Amino acid sequence: MIGSLAFGTPLVLTALIALPVLWWILRAVPPAPIRRRFPGVALLLGLKDDDSQTDKTPWWLLLLRTAALATAIVGFAGPVLNPQAERTGEGPLLVLMDSSWASARDWSDRLDRAGLLLDEAQRAGRPVALVQLTDLPAGDLPSQSANAWAARLPSLMPAPYAPDLVAAADWADGLEGPLETYWIADGLDHAGRDDLTAALSELGPISVFQGTRDVLALAPPRFEDGAVRGLVTRLGASAPLSVEVVAHGLDPAGIPRDLARATAAFEAGATAAEVEFDLPPELRNRITRFEVAGIRGAGTVALTDDALQRRQVALISAGADDEQQALLSPLHYLRQALEPTADLIEGALTDMLLASPDVIILADIATLSPDEEEALTDWVENGGLLVRFAGPRLAASDVARDTAGPLMPVRLREGGRSVGGAMSWGEPKSLRPFPDTSPFFGLAIPEDVQVSAQVMAQPDPELAMRTIASLTDGTPLVTRAGHGQGSVVLYHVTANAEWSTLPLSGLFVQMLERLAISTRPATPEAADLEGTVWTPEEVLDGFGTLRDAGTRPGVEGAVLAEAPLSAALLPGLYATDDRRIARNVITADTVLAPASWPASIPVEGMEVIAPTDLMAAFLTAALVLLLIDALASLWLAGRLSGLARGTAVLALVLALPQGGQAQTEGGLSPEDQLALLATSEVTLAYVLTGDAEIDEMARAGLQGLSNTLWQRTSVEPAPPLGVDLERDELSFFPMLYWPVTPDQPLPSAAAYRRLNDYLRSGGMIVFDTRDAHIGGFGSGTPEGRRLRALAAPLDIPPLEPIPPDHVLTRTFYLLQDFPGRHLSRDVWVEAAPPDAEQVEGMPFRNLNDGVTPVLIGGNDWAAAWAQDETGRALYPVGRGSAGDRQREIALRFGVNLVMHVLSGNYKSDQVHVPALLDRLGQ
Amino acid sequence: MSDTALHTPETLRSRSEAVAGTLPALMADAQHLAATVLLGTHGRKRSGTGGEFWQYRPAQAGDGYRQIDWRRSGRSDGHFIRQTEWQAAQSVMLGVDDAASMTFTGHRSRPSKLRRAQTLAMALAILAVRGGERVGLTHMSEPPRGGTAQLMRLAQALMDGHEAGDYGTPRPQMMPMGSRAVFFSDFLGDPAAIEAVLGRAADREVKGALVQVLDPDEEAFPYDGRTVFESMTGAIRFETLKARSLREEYLGRLAERKALLQEMCRRTGWRYHLHHTGDAAEPTLLWLYRALEKVRA
Repeated sequence: MIGSLAFGTPLVLTALIALPVLWWILRAVPPAPIRRRFPGVALLLGLKDDDSQTDKTPWWLLLLRTAALATAIVGFAGPVLNPQAERTGEGPLLVLMDSSWASARDWSDRLDRAGLLLDEAQRAGRPVALVQLTDLPAGDLPSQSANAWAARLPSLMPAPYAPDLVAAADWADGLEGPLETYWIADGLDHAGRDDLTAALSELGPISVFQGTRDVLALAPPRFEDGAVRGLVTRLGASAPLSVEVVAHGLDPAGIPRDLARATAAFEAGATAAEVEFDLPPELRNRITRFEVAGIRGAGTVALTDDALQRRQVALISAGADDEQQALLSPLHYLRQALEPTADLIEGALTDMLLASPDVIILADIATLSPDEEEALTDWVENGGLLVRFAGPRLAASDVARDTAGPLMPVRLREGGRSVGGAMSWGEPKSLRPFPDTSPFFGLAIPEDVQVSAQVMAQPDPELAMRTIASLTDGTPLVTRAGHGQGSVVLYHVTANAEWSTLPLSGLFVQMLERLAISTRPATPEAADLEGTVWTPEEVLDGFGTLRDAGTRPGVEGAVLAEAPLSAALLPGLYATDDRRIARNVITADTVLAPASWPASIPVEGMEVIAPTDLMAAFLTAALVLLLIDALASLWLAGRLSGLARGTAVLALVLALPQGGQAQTEGGLSPEDQLALLATSEVTLAYVLTGDAEIDEMARAGLQGLSNTLWQRTSVEPAPPLGVDLERDELSFFPMLYWPVTPDQPLPSAAAYRRLNDYLRSGGMIVFDTRDAHIGGFGSGTPEGRRLRALAAPLDIPPLEPIPPDHVLTRTFYLLQDFPGRHLSRDVWVEAAPPDAEQVEGMPFRNLNDGVTPVLIGGNDWAAAWAQDETGRALYPVGRGSAGDRQREIALRFGVNLVMHVLSGNYKSDQVHVPALLDRLGQ
Repeated sequence: MSDTALHTPETLRSRSEAVAGTLPALMADAQHLAATVLLGTHGRKRSGTGGEFWQYRPAQAGDGYRQIDWRRSGRSDGHFIRQTEWQAAQSVMLGVDDAASMTFTGHRSRPSKLRRAQTLAMALAILAVRGGERVGLTHMSEPPRGGTAQLMRLAQALMDGHEAGDYGTPRPQMMPMGSRAVFFSDFLGDPAAIEAVLGRAADREVKGALVQVLDPDEEAFPYDGRTVFESMTGAIRFETLKARSLREEYLGRLAERKALLQEMCRRTGWRYHLHHTGDAAEPTLLWLYRALEKVRA
């Protein structure tokens, strides 16, 4: 080992001795000559080189080659930077990971450490079981190869709770040794760690790997003395530290934002720091969670619930009764019950509605003015909770006598009743246990709650449904009815102790809490939540990320209140009805204590410098040097020139490990553009003859035919294209119009090959010699001779003049003549098969399938079809109306031609015979 | 050699047609064709066999009765004989050097010297045939002929077989008296053979042109480094350690060779033209057209 560099096979380095020898050999050998064919060599014979040119390899090239070889030798010797002292040991291995919330902050370090341990185990061939203590495996130890675990390592996640080490100790007791343990611990002293250590020590040696980073924890902030106060605790370093705590929540528009930030400053040596937020109630109520900024982990996230979200409650009682004694005030007990947990406002109803309170409590108020009633109704419909208490006034009034109205849950009987008083028979009534449909279900009913007077509800089909608490005789005590988005609750007793002892008992406060009028001041007790089921809305993962709870099952209130967090009870926000409870990883009484390990167990840090294998780097360097050498040699020998030099440099650049990708060239080649143009629509095409006038006439002719097709048929062709037989692809076109000129050049052999392919694959060429006025088919006109020359190499079947029953005569129009500018019957197509015979009574023979590959004539069709941009004919045809008729027939022939090309022998089908017979008058 | 560097029989014809299409028909001078008696379209400005009327002359003793033009004689007292103009066609003999050195091309995008020489020769032949001349190849044993069919034969003969050896010399098997001849070659071989051929041609009153076809690389000598130069067959080798240093001397020798050719032409009344395969063929064809025309006295 040299410094931090070591070699896998140092013996290879002895090959470096050979370098000087190589130097000497290379120096003696001149560069190899290029062999070059050159006819002018005859003129060179006898010339002499001047002697100044060296025939030895230049020194710098030698140096380059020697360096390349030395690098290669060193590379093959297997250099390793920061070599790792191999851990010795054999037999099965257990890798334990705490993977608690406290591990999240340096989770990747932990995975790296575990990865290194697995690598070592892999090299030693040891079977490994990797166990997360937060997720103990059921059954046997999951022993696998280290490779299998290494593949699964990246998918491991920290859990948002502490491991249950007591259960883990039980599990470890059931294991069989010998078993060496590597324990990647989070550094916290979880209960039961000693037991687990003891159990594992019996199986084999233990090594502990423990990080040195601070563990920070944020206890859920509470509302105290008009401010929100939280506590950040830490474990680890004692240096001064200040962390920022961020309050997240929704802004008025419903968008998640940082609502407030505050700093918690740890003094030197301090393990806790307080953070204080001074927020207006509106802002405070919107906070959904607190986070320590910049630190991942469930331990530094505190979700808020109803405990922080104090409700605004408006209390209204009848009239100004300031002179009443305090204990007789209808609002006294309500104030007492709500003050610690809610913000109370009192005043006139109309003023308080402007403050939009969450709850309005009307104590014994019977009648409201019409606009008050209207405003209150609106408020309830928009989600307000109206709570009314009965009393003498209500009992005496006519409110809700006939109909319940929007502000009363039930209709009331006149007068109410009094039981168990001095002037009445019977005993005061107590409460019946709450039914499980009631929001009060589960609350314990104290013995001493007695009701001596109440207002009575009219019996009603809906009464039972609306009753949420009743007396032992079944008369309703509390009724509730939904209205709009809000609801109306009526206590059938007074808010003071006049009619019942309910306001004196603890049950009164609990009932207010269950109705979400007040909120609990601290962690709920199991008894408070008895009988309720809470569904998780959002849960935290180990990194402190809030996720939608999805379909996780509901949790019973008692479990939610007291059970430790586990895989079944994740930290998060749990809700029932209008109430919400947050379970946080850290609670107010969480204490961060450092783990203490027995002296016999070695504790190692998490930091590792991974050994870097330099072999690949050295060999790459050697390769690059050799590449440079190759280029330099070429340059010396004069073989690098022009383009070759550019290519070589480019190859060098690509060979260097830069990962660059050559840009693909955008845009389309001209061939592709032509193909797109020709294939997106039906396109008629003509052969470019080289004679500009003829080409233009052919283009105008096909344009005129295209216009006619567009007007008369469902064929809607694109503008025609001229094709250069030598260059363009033909297969896109259904038909080629080929005007024959006497002096057009013969296509090359390749062009003929393509033309023949085109004909064989169903294409059609219309040869037009344009000389029908001076000579017939096969006559000796210059065009005719040229046509023979042009067509000789083409693969053309036997021809015949168009027979009167050819399908071309009826593909669209019924035609017997095929005139163009000239009127000749001499038009030739592929001959019918010799066995085609006319069936008796049929007007047409049953002819061959397919499209005739060529049509040869001299009628100068393009000139007859030709139109300019405005659709006017370009060339005269015939004279007078006979000429117009001839042009029309010519266009009809063109339509038939295109139809024939596009639809084949469809019209040969006998299906159309009756209609055609009818048309033909037979 | 790639497809574009050399001709194939089917492409030679069409490419030559394309080149020849750019010039009017060549009417080669037919003045000195005393010995070539084949009928053509060139009037000899004297009486002889031909289709065109030349003159009436009084019949002399020895003229046959059949020769007397009775219609003309009937209008006067004497007897007249109708003479036609002596018409003859010019013969153009083409020689294309197809030795191995001609197949050289310095760059993929350039045709080989052979292909360029064949194109030029064929174009010239087509021009001549259009003008009604007869065309032949100097190394073909058949006499020159006219007509399109001859063009096909020429194309075939030009493509047939290559001369063995590195450097070719003109091989005039057939050089009719007083005809025109054009030799296409790089003329890098033995100059004595060329001189001998030119001398023989001058003896037979054959005039014409030497077209030296060179690749631009042969003019520029863009080589460097340690190089073994080989002739196209590999028969001649020359090794140098630093090719660049030989450039000046090589170019000097090349200029010397050109000067020698020009001198030979000057002595025999022939004309010399240098053509580079890197340039277009048309200017050279035009030059040839002019050159063959100008010899007309």
